[in-house]
Amino acid sequence: MTDTVRYLIRDARILGGERADLLLASGRIEAIGQGLSADGAEVVEAAGAVALPGLVDLHTHLREPGREDAETVATGSRAAAMGGYTAVFAMANTDPVADTAGVVEQVWRLGREAGYCDVYPVGAVTVGLKGEQLAELGAMADSPARVRVFSDDGMCVSDALLMRRALEYVKAFDGVIAQHAQEPRLTEGAQMNEGVVSDRLGLAGWPAVAEEAIIARDCLLAEHVGSRLHVCHVSTKGSVQIIRWAKSRGCDVTAEVTPHHLLLTDDLAESYDPVYKVNPPLRTAEDVQALREGLADGTIDIVATDHAPHPSEAKETEWSQAAMGMLGLETALSVVQHTMVDTGLLDWAGVAQRMSAVPARIGRAVDQGRPLAVGEPANITLYDPTATRVVDPAAMASKSRNSPYAGMTLPGRVLATFLRGVPTVLDGKIQ
Amino acid sequence: MHARKHADGERPDQRRAVLEGPEIDRALTRIAHEILERTKGGDDLTLLGIRTGGVPLARRLAERIERVERRPVPCGALDITMYRDDLRLAPARALGRTEIPPEGVDGRVVVLVDDVLFSGRTVRAALDALNDLGRPRAVQLAVLVDRGHRELPIRADYVGKNLPTSLRESVSVLLEELHGRDAVLIGPAKPRPGAAEPAAAAPEGGR
Amino acid sequence: MRHLLSAGDLTRDEALLILDTARELAQVGERSVKKLPTLRGRTVVNLFYEDSTRTRISFEAAAKRMSADVINFSARGSSVSKGESLKDTALTLQAMGADGVVIRHSASGAARRLAEWVDGAVVNAGDGTHEHPTQALLDAFTMRERMGRLEGLRVAVVGDIRHSRVARSNVLLLNTLGAEVTLVAPPTLLPVSVDAWPCEVSYDFDEVLPKSDVVMMLRVQAERMNASFFPSAREYSRRYGLTAERFARMADHAIVMHPGPMIRGMEISAEVADSARSTVVEQVTNGVSVRMAVLYLLLGGAIQGPGHQGETR
Repeated sequence: MTDTVRYLIRDARILGGERADLLLASGRIEAIGQGLSADGAEVVEAAGAVALPGLVDLHTHLREPGREDAETVATGSRAAAMGGYTAVFAMANTDPVADTAGVVEQVWRLGREAGYCDVYPVGAVTVGLKGEQLAELGAMADSPARVRVFSDDGMCVSDALLMRRALEYVKAFDGVIAQHAQEPRLTEGAQMNEGVVSDRLGLAGWPAVAEEAIIARDCLLAEHVGSRLHVCHVSTKGSVQIIRWAKSRGCDVTAEVTPHHLLLTDDLAESYDPVYKVNPPLRTAEDVQALREGLADGTIDIVATDHAPHPSEAKETEWSQAAMGMLGLETALSVVQHTMVDTGLLDWAGVAQRMSAVPARIGRAVDQGRPLAVGEPANITLYDPTATRVVDPAAMASKSRNSPYAGMTLPGRVLATFLRGVPTVLDGKIQ
Repeated sequence: MHARKHADGERPDQRRAVLEGPEIDRALTRIAHEILERTKGGDDLTLLGIRTGGVPLARRLAERIERVERRPVPCGALDITMYRDDLRLAPARALGRTEIPPEGVDGRVVVLVDDVLFSGRTVRAALDALNDLGRPRAVQLAVLVDRGHRELPIRADYVGKNLPTSLRESVSVLLEELHGRDAVLIGPAKPRPGAAEPAAAAPEGGR
Repeated sequence: MRHLLSAGDLTRDEALLILDTARELAQVGERSVKKLPTLRGRTVVNLFYEDSTRTRISFEAAAKRMSADVINFSARGSSVSKGESLKDTALTLQAMGADGVVIRHSASGAARRLAEWVDGAVVNAGDGTHEHPTQALLDAFTMRERMGRLEGLRVAVVGDIRHSRVARSNVLLLNTLGAEVTLVAPPTLLPVSVDAWPCEVSYDFDEVLPKSDVVMMLRVQAERMNASFFPSAREYSRRYGLTAERFARMADHAIVMHPGPMIRGMEISAEVADSARSTVVEQVTNGVSVRMAVLYLLLGGAIQGPGHQGETR
């Protein structure tokens, strides 16, 4: 893999539209056109596959440092590449927590060493994610990792005053607070969506209002102080409605939805198999429908995976003892195709917006999420939407196996991923 | 020996009657008199019918003895399901009711009554069940039909009719109280769990 | 029936078979030899992660009356307290050849999980705030013996419904068996989606009381008091306790049930608990018969199905 090798992608459908060849050289797209000459370049036959700008995941857990048994920056970024990603934002809930310049710089460096995708560390909002005192946000922003996204993800910045201060403070370096919206008192011991299924299963409920109340408050706070707010993993119909309302008022809020919240519902918990345990929890079919509509109409800006690897012992246990979270990087595009494209809610240009351009813009990842145009960085995903596959966690690049889609047939396959002109995945295999 | 000795009505045309109502009547009357003779007037006598076929037969015997002796004869029913040796060859089955007369079984002469004596396993189970209920002075066995092919050292004290059969045949006893008419039928045998093949080959779960 | 995990899994016929079988087996408790040979050679493990001496003893007595070998495996003083996972414990039991596992666990769904890891029959003896199906069966058995029927019987279940596995199992089973259940509790102690349950709901005990054939009182745990589910024990007792005055307003034929352990003076007054119309002691006796029936029907015949490892995991 040296960047002196040039690649000619032959016969790709750019954003699912016109068929063209793309010539990649020196990390950039050198030419786009029909019948381009290979002229010594390595030829990659796309055979009508869809070319998308390299995907950007604003919400990934790479677990390093601290839980290298679940994932490392290297295995997680390989999983990202396999899923068509060229950039991921690594959440701060590591051990130690990424709440200092030292830790974010370490993660950033590990990402560069792995070389499978750009790893942007997310900085913690509060020291130790404890929600008591602001972390050194400015130091993280000024570090070589250039942190712009701050989140206590896993924990909610529930203290309204602290949230206000964080929103205000990051304005100094164009940062954004990505809030994990979960009112803590309303969700003490919560195990799954509160509703008919939780009542039947006797599992403590995680009510929708615990998410919606925080989102409403944060939107009003962001509006009041004129800051950027990003809402992580929106999961309820009510949240979609609140964000739609906030945007209509001019509030600078963006929001993400996970692939699993676009597809899976809370009745999967009937099996008590904790592979379906996630935070926020899987909701009802009505919520799923509202999330799809919200993503289609732009109320929800992006898809982010919340890829959350866990070792098997954290999942092969009683539901209430099990860890929350599920794998997502290697199935995200397939789930989005299944739920949004094949249903007619989005075209591939819309997918490119929501999985590449907009997440890059929110995270201020300057060389990511760029259009497929001459002179732009050659971050490209080739995806065959006509393929189908049965999801097999054992075959995944992630170190963990907790995929809720195990055994499901999903459409599509990532054929190749290029990071600045270099293939990280070719023929569906990691390079 | 199993429940399938009773009529199921599935293949009536393949079965022929070897005993009809009047012959069954006569056989029961004879057995009643033999019981009285052998038990010297039937003091301390208790009749226990083995569910299900033995229960109406025990009641009929008790009526006949009462007509002769002009006093009540304690009569009950014994369900031997929990004592069967072939329980694990089929899914668990529903239980019948065991009804022990108020006199109990301690010190009594208990006559077990069944419709067909075959392998002897039912009677073995009945003896075990009786043992858990008390300590009779003596236990005797009365059957309407003895069809042979014993698999245990058990014999009847009173037999209505000895009926030589082959293992390829089944014997069904129809009784007015249960089936609307009295008859003993012989027909082709259905496969019998534990008989045709060794029990070890039967489906047995729970390692 | 391969396991007994939820009362909702039972069809009407299966539930009645258990109750009918229990009635026959109840006789065994009155005989001189209180034992049947039926489960000789079968091994039943009582796997108790929660202290529940009464339930464990009831299952143990039931298994022993059926001549099963009983192994008591309690969380105290075992490898469980050293952090062994439920799965590893399950594999251990599997290796020991357990034909049946009776599990009590503080986590909802633990019985269901266990059933995926062992080949033997699993009996849920209470899992978290989910279900306690043998308790519901013994309650239904007690009602049927006392009242002579279940169809159309009006049953009020009063107390902490939200956190009660007994209430969940009872609602499901009694509905299957044709009884009419009314749940009575302050709104804070009812599940949010209770409208979707196959029963009536009332906040007013006094209104429901005279119309009930059976009044089942549930325990209210002290820890609820500190979590603002209701203001004070005194207020709870005044509004939802079965006091002597309320008892006097019950129908003459109506009975009072309690799954135990009772908190006298809280949800039930001492004189009500000790009255002839209280079935508390019978419930304990009937518990053994019902559990014998369940063990017989699960383990007495051919154990159904091979190890069900077919599920993809």
